[in-house]
Amino acid sequence: MRASKVFQIASKGLTKNKLRSLLTMLGVIIGVAAVIIMISISSGTEAAIEEQITGLGTNLVFVQSSFSRGGFGREGGGPSGGLVYDDAFAIAEEINGVTAVVVEQNSSETVKVGDTTLEDVAILGTTADFPSVRDMAIESGRYFNQTDIDRTQKVAVLGSTLAEELFGDTPPVGQLVTVGNTKLTVVGVFEEKGLVGSTDFDSRIYIPITVVFQKFTPSQFARIIGDRVRVIYVEVDSDIPLDEIILQIELLLAKRHEVSLEEPDFVIQTQQDIIQTQEATTSAFRDLLTWVAAVSLLVGGIGIMNIMLVSVTERTREIGIRQSVGASPNDIRYQFLTEALLLSLVGGLIGVVVGIGGAYLFGELGEMRTVIVPSSVLLAFSSAAAVGIFFGFYPANKASQLDPIDALRHE
Amino acid sequence: MTIEAIIEIRELTKVYGMGEVQVRALDEVNLTIRKGEFVAIMGPSGSGKSTLMNILGCLDRSTSGKYILAGEDVSDLDKTQLAIIRNQRIGFIFQSYNLLPQTSALENVILPLLYSRNGDLSDAEQAEKALIALEAVGLADRVDHKPQELSGGQMQRVAIARALVNDPVLILADEPTGNLDTRSGEEIMTLMSELHTQGSTIIMVTHDDDIAAYAERIIRLRDGQIETDEQNGGYSPRTTLEEVDHARQ
Repeated sequence: MRASKVFQIASKGLTKNKLRSLLTMLGVIIGVAAVIIMISISSGTEAAIEEQITGLGTNLVFVQSSFSRGGFGREGGGPSGGLVYDDAFAIAEEINGVTAVVVEQNSSETVKVGDTTLEDVAILGTTADFPSVRDMAIESGRYFNQTDIDRTQKVAVLGSTLAEELFGDTPPVGQLVTVGNTKLTVVGVFEEKGLVGSTDFDSRIYIPITVVFQKFTPSQFARIIGDRVRVIYVEVDSDIPLDEIILQIELLLAKRHEVSLEEPDFVIQTQQDIIQTQEATTSAFRDLLTWVAAVSLLVGGIGIMNIMLVSVTERTREIGIRQSVGASPNDIRYQFLTEALLLSLVGGLIGVVVGIGGAYLFGELGEMRTVIVPSSVLLAFSSAAAVGIFFGFYPANKASQLDPIDALRHE
Repeated sequence: MTIEAIIEIRELTKVYGMGEVQVRALDEVNLTIRKGEFVAIMGPSGSGKSTLMNILGCLDRSTSGKYILAGEDVSDLDKTQLAIIRNQRIGFIFQSYNLLPQTSALENVILPLLYSRNGDLSDAEQAEKALIALEAVGLADRVDHKPQELSGGQMQRVAIARALVNDPVLILADEPTGNLDTRSGEEIMTLMSELHTQGSTIIMVTHDDDIAAYAERIIRLRDGQIETDEQNGGYSPRTTLEEVDHARQ
């Protein structure tokens, strides 16, 4: 029999029982949509992280205190160990190939200008090289310099969104803002930068790091060992091998902290390291999601088999009629196999539409970012087809082996 | 003998059941049916007439013996080969019509053509052939009706059209009037008689003497063996409904 005829007979068989066909397909639809949505979510997460990391700038080495990890803006651990502010100067001065060093310290405070009050505004205490390392440009006024930092000048630079929220049309430069209990003079406003990963660079207030130490994250240990910092960004000359610079930083910090290289109290990472760590996490996440989705596809396949078995029993007489007019075992087998395949392909197609639509909606409405991966669409669709053939085979084979006499006698 | 044999059966035996309990449904049956014959097979239930029909229709295989259909030995063919024989050489008419539900008369008649293996007909050619067959049974105006929209007699006509569409060498009818009222039954038998006079070979299973009377030869089975095999003395071909009505009066 011609393939087009098999197809025609099979599709007729399915359209005669539309509701059942739809319900049968539901499992596959959900499975395929789940695969696509879940992969799009994990890829979205991955892309966001990668963007965030590369958005930091190029040729960066991250030096982190291994005790104060995750302690945003707060002192953690004991009095000994950890990175201090002075480490940054030491790295900048003593190591060859370092082009810039930036220290960041986060906090958040209430910000007031006149009648406008904003709660929980992100504060970033940082250093003079920040704009060049993080690729930020000044729109009006100026950025604070090393002198401002050394003298703990109460100045601030605003992100573009924050500037507009606080001052509206009034030029902010020269105005006063109250951050917590401290009055700061606005000296400049950054150009719009937008979101990098999940960090909004435009709604933050940038303050000399020394001001943050003094006003927002004071510590009684600071006078003894210096102000502790969470992370030091070191921008390096790309002509000098990275490994060499890292080794020098390690030696320097080990000496300054009086620790051995085997048990350091700091961690040095490159962008590559961070990307790899994040990828390992997200790929584990993705694997888990993919398994969940695969299981739902499997359940969909079992649903198809179940319904096809019911269908074969129900249509035994039809099979007998077809056999009596000359349908061979293969004709019957192909008919039911094609029905199962059609169920899974049409289900797969609907699943692709639902999946892409769902991933898009998730990205638009939810907090999560989603990236639709074409290969995942292909994977989901072809798995659906494979599921159809695999789970359709047993019922189809059963149908083909029916005895024509018994089948014709079946009520 | 000048007329060729359509069916030749030699020592055909069918045994059901394995081991201790064995039933010999057919016991070394010998039978020859010539082209153009209209044969009625009769007998009480359990006589083996259904088994004989199933084997003659290539729906089942004998345990031993030879079955030669239109010159071809079909005794040892496999399921696929038997399906081809059924498709090309045999037309079935069943007591319960066995039409596909929710499928138009035309599509039901096309069904054997779908499984036809010699030469692919286009959809239009298939429809045309089916239409000719439906015209032959007087249902040209019912092609788009589904079985549930037809009367019993009309459904059986569709089944006959389906049996004819592949130009079979043998038409097998299993109690063709069993589900019909007398009037419709007679219409169907008249149609079968017409086919017979046009040259079709027909074998019909029935337990109704009035229906068997339409045949020119009556074979009676008992306990898996042929009890009697004789020409129907009262046989006279009646080919029109008027003649049937006339005969009834």
